[in-house]
Amino acid sequence: MATAVENIPAKFEVMDRPLGSEMTLSMGPQHPSTHGVLRLDLKLDGELVVNVVPDIGYLHTGMEKLFEYKKYQQGIVITDRMDYLNPLGNNLAYVMAAEKLLDLEIPERAQTIRVLMCELQRIASHMVWFGTSCLDMGAMTPFWFTFKEREKILNIIESASGGRMTPSYFRIGGLMMDLPAGFENRVRQFLDDFPDALNTFDTLITGNTIWQSRTKGIGVISKESAIDWGLTGPSLRGSGVELDLRRHNPYTGYETYDFDIPTETDGDVWSRFLVRMRELRESHKIVRQALERLKPGPIKADAPKAVLPDRDDMRKHMDSLIHHFLIVAEGFNVPPGEVYHAIEASKGELGVYMRSNGGPKPERVHFRGPSFVNLSALPVMAEGEMIADVVAIIGSLDIVLGEIDR
Amino acid sequence: MTERLHTYVDNLRSRNAEWVVSVSEGHGEVTVLVPADSIVDVCAFLRDEEGFDMLADLCGADRGPEEDPRFEVNYHLFSTTHYDRLRLKVLLSEDDARVRTVSSLWRTANWHERETYDLVGIKFEGHPDLRRILLPSDFDGHALRKDYPLRGYEPYSLN
Repeated sequence: MATAVENIPAKFEVMDRPLGSEMTLSMGPQHPSTHGVLRLDLKLDGELVVNVVPDIGYLHTGMEKLFEYKKYQQGIVITDRMDYLNPLGNNLAYVMAAEKLLDLEIPERAQTIRVLMCELQRIASHMVWFGTSCLDMGAMTPFWFTFKEREKILNIIESASGGRMTPSYFRIGGLMMDLPAGFENRVRQFLDDFPDALNTFDTLITGNTIWQSRTKGIGVISKESAIDWGLTGPSLRGSGVELDLRRHNPYTGYETYDFDIPTETDGDVWSRFLVRMRELRESHKIVRQALERLKPGPIKADAPKAVLPDRDDMRKHMDSLIHHFLIVAEGFNVPPGEVYHAIEASKGELGVYMRSNGGPKPERVHFRGPSFVNLSALPVMAEGEMIADVVAIIGSLDIVLGEIDR
Repeated sequence: MTERLHTYVDNLRSRNAEWVVSVSEGHGEVTVLVPADSIVDVCAFLRDEEGFDMLADLCGADRGPEEDPRFEVNYHLFSTTHYDRLRLKVLLSEDDARVRTVSSLWRTANWHERETYDLVGIKFEGHPDLRRILLPSDFDGHALRKDYPLRGYEPYSLN
C-alpha cells in the first residue's frame, strides 16, 4: 500500500515552468471584467501573460468634435457621459476651464456645494470600483452592499439635480439651482450610516486572506515607472508618490479642508486597493466639513452676460429677460485664450484643455482622462502575471471606457 | 505663481536661446512656443534639469484650413516634486505635419501621440507604434480637423 502512494508524485508532476509555446487570446470586448468594451490581445504562454495589447475605441462617439459644434453651456451635458461613474467631477473640470477663460469669481456657497457634491460622487465612484473589482475576482457579496450605499448617494444627487447618472448640476458660473429643502439632513443621515458600511467592507474583504493572497505582489509598478507612464490618482499613490491635486494644485477651496493623502509603497493591486479604501474615509471627512460650512448665500457668479438669471428676476426685470434670451438663443462670447485645468477626479488627474477664439462655441476642447492614461500602463503591470491576475489588475486601475474612448 | 514659471523659461533661454520662440501668459498659465525640431531637446532639459518629470497631457489642435501654420501640438508638463505646470507649443504647417516623438522621454506620450495622429493627423517621427487608437484602422480622414464634417463623409447607415 505504502509503495503505491509514493509512486504518485512521479506520475503527476506539478508544472510550474513555461510551456515554451505561445498562444494569442482575444479577451473582450464583451468580457464582463473589462468594465465596458475593452479588448485585450493577450499573448500567453500557458497561463502566463507574455504580452498585452489593449484595443480601445469601441465606445468612441466623437465627443471632442461635438464640443466644437455646441455652445459652452451645452457642452456640460456631454461631459456627463464621459466618466459616467463620476459625472460631477467631469462637470467641474469643464465648467472650471470655462470659468478660467471668463475670469469668473464663484461665490462661497457654490464652492462649498461643489466640494460636497464632488466628494459624495467620489464615494459613489469608489463604491462601484470596490463592488466590481471584488466581483471580477469572484467575490459577489460585496457588490450588493456597495450598490446599496451608492444608491443612497445617487438619491441625494437626484434630489439636488434631478439626474442620477447625468446630473449636469454645475453650470458655468455656479450651480444649476440651490439645494432642496431637507438636503442637509439626507446627507447627514448618509454620513452617520456610512462608517458602519465601511467597517462591513473591511470585515468582508480587507481582512480576508483569500483577497489578500489574490492581490499582494500582483501587478507591481514602481514609483519611477508610474510617473513615466503618467499614472495619477489612487493608482499613483499606491506606488508611493504623494500627489493629490486637491492638495498640490488646489481648486474650489480644497486647500481649506482638513484631509490626509493616503499612500502605499508597494505599487501592487493590494496597495491601490488600500489607498482607495482609505480615501473613502477622507472623502467622508471632507463631506462632513463642507456640510458644516454651508451658509446661505448666492450660488451664481455676478456675471449677467454669461450666467442665467434667476427665474424670479426674469419676471421682474427687463434686462434679466434679455440676458436670458441672449444666453439661450445665441450663447455668450468667451474671450480668446487657452487654458488647461486639471482636477483630482476619482480616478486621477482629469484635465481639460479648452481654447476659445472669442465666439460662443469653443475652438477646441480636449479631455485628458485618467482612465485613458492609467490603462496605457496595463502592459507593464500585467506582463509576467497569470491570466486571472490581469482581471485583478484591470479592477485595481478603476477604468471607465466611456472616458477612455470619449 | 507665474514668476516661478518664468524662471523655468529663463533657464531654458539661457541654455539655448533658440529654444524659445515666444512666451505668452494668461489665466495663470505660461505657454512657451518651441521650434518643432527642438521639442525633444527642450522636453529632455525640462525633465532632467527643471524637475518636470510627468507629461500630464499632449494634444493636437487644428487652427483651421485657412491658417498657416495650421496645426499645433500642446505639451502639458507637470512636476510631481514642485507641482508646477508648463505648456509647450509646437506649430506645424499642413504640408509638413510631423514632429519628433517624445515617447522616448515619457512612455505615457505613446497613447497621447497615437490619439493625436488618429484624430488630427499629425505624424510623430520615431514613434514605436504609430497606429490609429480610437477609430478603426480603415477610417478615412482625421475626425478632429476643422474641414472634416461633423457627421462624416458618408451618410450614416446602420447596414
